[in-house]
Amino acid sequence: MELICPAGTPAAFKEAVDAGADAVYCGFRDETNARNFPGLNFSREELGQSIVYAKARNVQTFVALNTFMRAGCESLWHKAADDAVRLGASALILADFGLMAYVAETYPQQRLHVSVQASASNREAIRFLVDAFGARRVVLPRILTVQDIARLTRQIDCEVEVFAFGGLCVMAEGRCSLSSYATGKSPNMNGVCSPASHVKYRQEGAEMTSELGDYTINRYGPGEAAGYPTLCKGRFSVGEESGYAFEDPVSLDVMDHLDALRDAGVSALKIEGRQRGKAYVAEVVATLKKSLTADASGRAALISRLRLMSEGQRTTSGAFEKRWR
Amino acid sequence: MLVPSVLAKPLDFAPLALIEHFARRIFDRVLKVHPDLFERLGDYRSKRFCFSPSDLPLHFVVIPEGRVVEVSRGIRQPTADAVISGPLFILLALLEGRCDGDALFFSRDLMVTGDIEAMLALRNALDDSVIDLAADLGGMTGPLAPLVISTARYIRSRALRGKAL
Repeated sequence: MELICPAGTPAAFKEAVDAGADAVYCGFRDETNARNFPGLNFSREELGQSIVYAKARNVQTFVALNTFMRAGCESLWHKAADDAVRLGASALILADFGLMAYVAETYPQQRLHVSVQASASNREAIRFLVDAFGARRVVLPRILTVQDIARLTRQIDCEVEVFAFGGLCVMAEGRCSLSSYATGKSPNMNGVCSPASHVKYRQEGAEMTSELGDYTINRYGPGEAAGYPTLCKGRFSVGEESGYAFEDPVSLDVMDHLDALRDAGVSALKIEGRQRGKAYVAEVVATLKKSLTADASGRAALISRLRLMSEGQRTTSGAFEKRWR
Repeated sequence: MLVPSVLAKPLDFAPLALIEHFARRIFDRVLKVHPDLFERLGDYRSKRFCFSPSDLPLHFVVIPEGRVVEVSRGIRQPTADAVISGPLFILLALLEGRCDGDALFFSRDLMVTGDIEAMLALRNALDDSVIDLAADLGGMTGPLAPLVISTARYIRSRALRGKAL
């Protein structure tokens, strides 16, 4: 299985390549990608240089253009696709059907991957994307069990990529409106979930309070591990109870299921984290690369170290091993 | 690792002007060696960033655009657009991109207040700049450079030993 690694900056890109990535995914410095954070992402020149660096080491570069085009501003996304193709991207990761149509018609030879943001999670949807736009790979939403994935891969004619490690969404990628509700901005349209411009932290004694827009979303006790300031990972009062109503602040780790995913026909494992620093990228990529060739017992020891770097300092296999149904 | 009190205590009395002069020289050196920092920082370069080492009695305010460095002492933090606080060695490791800021936030080693967008931009700009403070310090010390660099790297590796990024 290929290891698909994140890069938010050229320095992180280089770390990912040097640590053993098979492919690195990244985006331009604008709203065409779902990690449109301040100080992050690539200029055209930086992407070109990074692709050259990767190609010289036999590593692929995937360019994420995985937000949905704003009506009347389609040229921003078209231009981004034009530039990514011109610079030599190995594949474009797309979510918007209109943009997929543009790329398929303008650059029929360009490899097209379906972003997780497209929420393509069933046979019919994926077959449609393969037939209509020539999609070569689909990144599955994090809502399927390993058994679901195995059934699906047998019924479709394209490669399957799954998230293996890193931040965990609320399992409605491309359709989640929680960030829009609280801030007016979303990962789907603006490329930002819970934008930093709307985040505030307050230290009150040994407690830390996080706020998003007008909402207090969490209070962490002294020494309690923290999570991202997103509504989905906020604490809510529901009836008589208070706690995490959507999901806990915890990261995804499905490395215990590597063999099952391989047997299920998965082609590539994706590491989430374009917003993370280069130190994280280097450590996670190198560890997961080693894990791919380690036996099951050695794998657990390798991965345990990564837990401390995870959101809430905890990990879960999430829906891949669904226990709540 | 925290700064030992035997080293932190003298800073209660050391002349602020002297500390400020030394901090400004390092800052100027970093900006000279890494001019790309400004480009990635964009409009946030005019913000007042405050660094408050929790194990030192000092606060450092930096305005990248004006190459301003101000040092103050006391419990009250100076006025700033964004403030980051945590142990000195953690702040320095973050400055060099040797640690992941999110991981340090999750573990509560770091606290960020004020304009989070500005601080995020600075974090990302620093992370891309491949700063090596030991080498930059060495570059200021002429013939003593090899000794300064190796000593600074030794202290850095000791200070960050066992730290998950």
